[in-house]
Amino acid sequence: MHSYLDFEKPLAEIEGKAEELRALARGEDGIEVEREAEALDQKARALLASLYKDLSPWRKCQVARHPARPHCKDYISALFTEFTPLAGDRGFSDDAAVMGGLARFNDRPVVVLGHEKGHDTASRLDRNFGMARPEGYRKAVRLMDMADRFGLPVVTLVDTPGAYPGKGAEERGQSEAIARATEKCLSIGVPLVSVVIGEGGSGGAVGIAAGNRVAMLEHSVYSVISPEGCASILWKDAGKMREAAEALRLTAQDLLTLGVVDRVIPEPMGGAQRDPAAAMANVGTAIQAMLDELSGQDRKALVAGRRKKFLEMGRNALPEPSSFIPAHFTQGRDRG
Amino acid sequence: MNWISNYVRPKINSLFSRREMPENLWTKCDECGTMLFHRELRESLNVCTNCGHHMAITPRDRFIALFDGGMFAEVKVPAPVADPLHFRDQKRYPDRMKAAQRSTHEQEAMLVATGEIGRTPIVAAAQNFGFMAGSMGMYVGNAIIAAAETAVKQGRPLVLFSAAGGARMQEGILSLMQMPRSTVAVQMLKEAGLPYIVVLTHPTTGGVTASYAMLGDVQIAEPNALICFAGPRVIEQTIREKLPEGFQRAEYLLEHGMLDRVTPRGEMRTELITITRMLMGLPPAIMGELPAPGTPAEPQAEE
Ligand SMILES: [Zn+2]
Repeated sequence: MHSYLDFEKPLAEIEGKAEELRALARGEDGIEVEREAEALDQKARALLASLYKDLSPWRKCQVARHPARPHCKDYISALFTEFTPLAGDRGFSDDAAVMGGLARFNDRPVVVLGHEKGHDTASRLDRNFGMARPEGYRKAVRLMDMADRFGLPVVTLVDTPGAYPGKGAEERGQSEAIARATEKCLSIGVPLVSVVIGEGGSGGAVGIAAGNRVAMLEHSVYSVISPEGCASILWKDAGKMREAAEALRLTAQDLLTLGVVDRVIPEPMGGAQRDPAAAMANVGTAIQAMLDELSGQDRKALVAGRRKKFLEMGRNALPEPSSFIPAHFTQGRDRG
Repeated sequence: MNWISNYVRPKINSLFSRREMPENLWTKCDECGTMLFHRELRESLNVCTNCGHHMAITPRDRFIALFDGGMFAEVKVPAPVADPLHFRDQKRYPDRMKAAQRSTHEQEAMLVATGEIGRTPIVAAAQNFGFMAGSMGMYVGNAIIAAAETAVKQGRPLVLFSAAGGARMQEGILSLMQMPRSTVAVQMLKEAGLPYIVVLTHPTTGGVTASYAMLGDVQIAEPNALICFAGPRVIEQTIREKLPEGFQRAEYLLEHGMLDRVTPRGEMRTELITITRMLMGLPPAIMGELPAPGTPAEPQAEE
């Protein structure tokens, strides 16, 4: 059963009707409904296309947080083989909000790690909704170190509302853990490619996303603060999240224009949650392409390239907002 | 470069900005309520002489007290693109900027300077909480990079005084990207073998704490400074319980192993001189009030 977002309500009605018709036909012989159902399907497809053609930033946030969207664990099982999870920060505990380990990507050994949000109540609680504690970042540092020592590329999958704002997390040095993870990203002598697959929530995302190449899924978001948080601080009204989402320029398309990400990976019509397999395949293609772009670079070049990329960010003149690319734009090379 | 011409003459009356200077000569301590003479406060570097409460001090006043003879040369910071997102909440971002510039008489939220402390050449950077809560945007990122580049070029340690509510929301994702950018600056210092000392002042929070402010070779904080990633109110809302007394304050962090030292403002200069000289392999300093360098300081010779 598909779960619908608020703005998808009209779609739910049409798709529900088609579903009902078909169920009716299954119950009683001799009722011819296929033509009618087919017409409803067509109407639904057209509506879906028009809804997703130009998603507002706030709607993008909702799609990025969709519970049925494929998560880190799904990507790892779809795109990687021989995944061998590795746990623990060797200091305090293991943080299930960050998963990672050794795996093969198109047969090549790599280290893969990312935020995992969970898919039902039990796993969401276990994963703390993808909100990492210091141990998660320290585990990431440990895995990146290992990759660096053995010359393995690192692939990170970013999907977090933010680092966990908890008492213990603060006592154990949440800030320091994030700072060290960012520092590690910037110093390893192996390729580091990052994909924002859902929510790129502030510092909690940056800690594992300071890569040589950073890509975002078409309907993912990446922001300094959540629209709700921004609205409550700057508008003094958490209900102004639509305005805040608009002002923050947090969509994949905006970030591409601002030069913060390198590519936008297309999603199937209606978002990754409608066809997870297709979305994940597109991400796989993009990861391979990004690794290919970095092949042949030695340790020094990889580190220097990464640093240059971040140092130059925002240093040059930026395009006017009028030239911001419409929301449905995706980079041509990723379309196939 | 004619270094001496870039000297900023210390202005005694700049210890309090005009806005804060009341008709009478008193300021009330916001902690214990004691009325304090301005002259007294100036001498104590804005620390309450009754209860030891550390009030805010502007980067300029801090530098006047820090550098020998109150003399320092400002390091030019490349100006970033103004208002890159054309951000508007209840006010336009450029209007907020103008208001902050008017009230602080400063261009932005960080001041970078070179000078000597106890005859030890250093680069110092200080964040200004009075300027849009000291928030880290592209200018602050550029300031940290300029500070690190100057330190590397002149072979000096960098001492950074942090104070910020976090990243500057009005610059959106570009403010978030100052986390990796400033981290690259810290890496330049480390690779050049130069000390990077962080002095955390009240308050240092959010993305600032989670990047350059936590990456020092030595981490010192001023007493009772709030230092955190997530603020206490956010945490209380999340865990739905009261936080312990002193949570996320400097002493609490020291106890939890997150800092090297908590040092009162009045002792900071001496301590910074001692630490930087040892890390630079220099002989002990001659302590005490030192006049400004008599001759223009030359850039440090290469080792
Ligand atoms: Zn007092």
